[in-house]
Amino acid sequence: MNDVNSARKMRSALGQVRGYGSAKSGLRHWRAQRLTAIALLPLTFYFIISILVLKGANQVAIRAYMHEPWNAVLFLGLAVCLFYHAQLGLEVVIEDYIHGEGRRVLLLLLMRGSVAFFGLLATLSILKLAL
Amino acid sequence: MQDVRETLMQGRNSDGRSVRRPLSPHLQVYKPQISSVLSIFHRFSGVALTGGAVLLALWLAAAADSPHTFLIAQRLVDSFPGLSILFGFTVLLFYHFCNGIRHLLWDAGYGFDLSTMHRTGYIVIGATLCLAALVWAVGFAIG
Repeated sequence: MNDVNSARKMRSALGQVRGYGSAKSGLRHWRAQRLTAIALLPLTFYFIISILVLKGANQVAIRAYMHEPWNAVLFLGLAVCLFYHAQLGLEVVIEDYIHGEGRRVLLLLLMRGSVAFFGLLATLSILKLAL
Repeated sequence: MQDVRETLMQGRNSDGRSVRRPLSPHLQVYKPQISSVLSIFHRFSGVALTGGAVLLALWLAAAADSPHTFLIAQRLVDSFPGLSILFGFTVLLFYHFCNGIRHLLWDAGYGFDLSTMHRTGYIVIGATLCLAALVWAVGFAIG
């Protein structure tokens, strides 16, 4: 019997079906945080190169850069992964340090709303520059 | 005389009753160590970089808005405070990037013993400073 199977035996049948651990949210958060982190490794590298290439550029040059489908797609990927990763990270920080449940839920909503707003702003701006 | 460490031996059990047991470290008396300092700095840099992501979104929005708005944005970036903030974000980004790789290696099960953990911690600090210096040197070199 391998390790995964023996670990599963520690769970009740219902817990096994739900796939949840003690945090009541399963592996989704942990896995998404790692996946976005891995995606952000090459995207960050690309972003740094882009910023160096675009150093001192005017708006026409930025538009020409984003007009290239490769650049638009990589910047869109960066925006999606970056803001998703930021949201996942801030969630953990708020959950760890804000103790009152009402305040915690309120702050989580506010944070998710703000991150979504700026994530959409970045995404739409990239699309507008690209098209 | 009572041992001063006794003051830290005041815990509570799950019923809320006082019990004599060591507590988790009190930050004001806890000696900063490479492991704990790098750990909290990973969180700090992550939270701060969210601010950087917001600035990136605003920069892109300025470019998408009009050449005039973008010119204002570029002037802000090119000012001394703008460049200082950008340099700060470069350092934070490379730190979070390098220490993130360290975290991913831990997730994969590598580098847990204390000596390796300390060594990779110093490597992260060195790599962060080198990468930030390299990018800014290239930035200045290309004019």
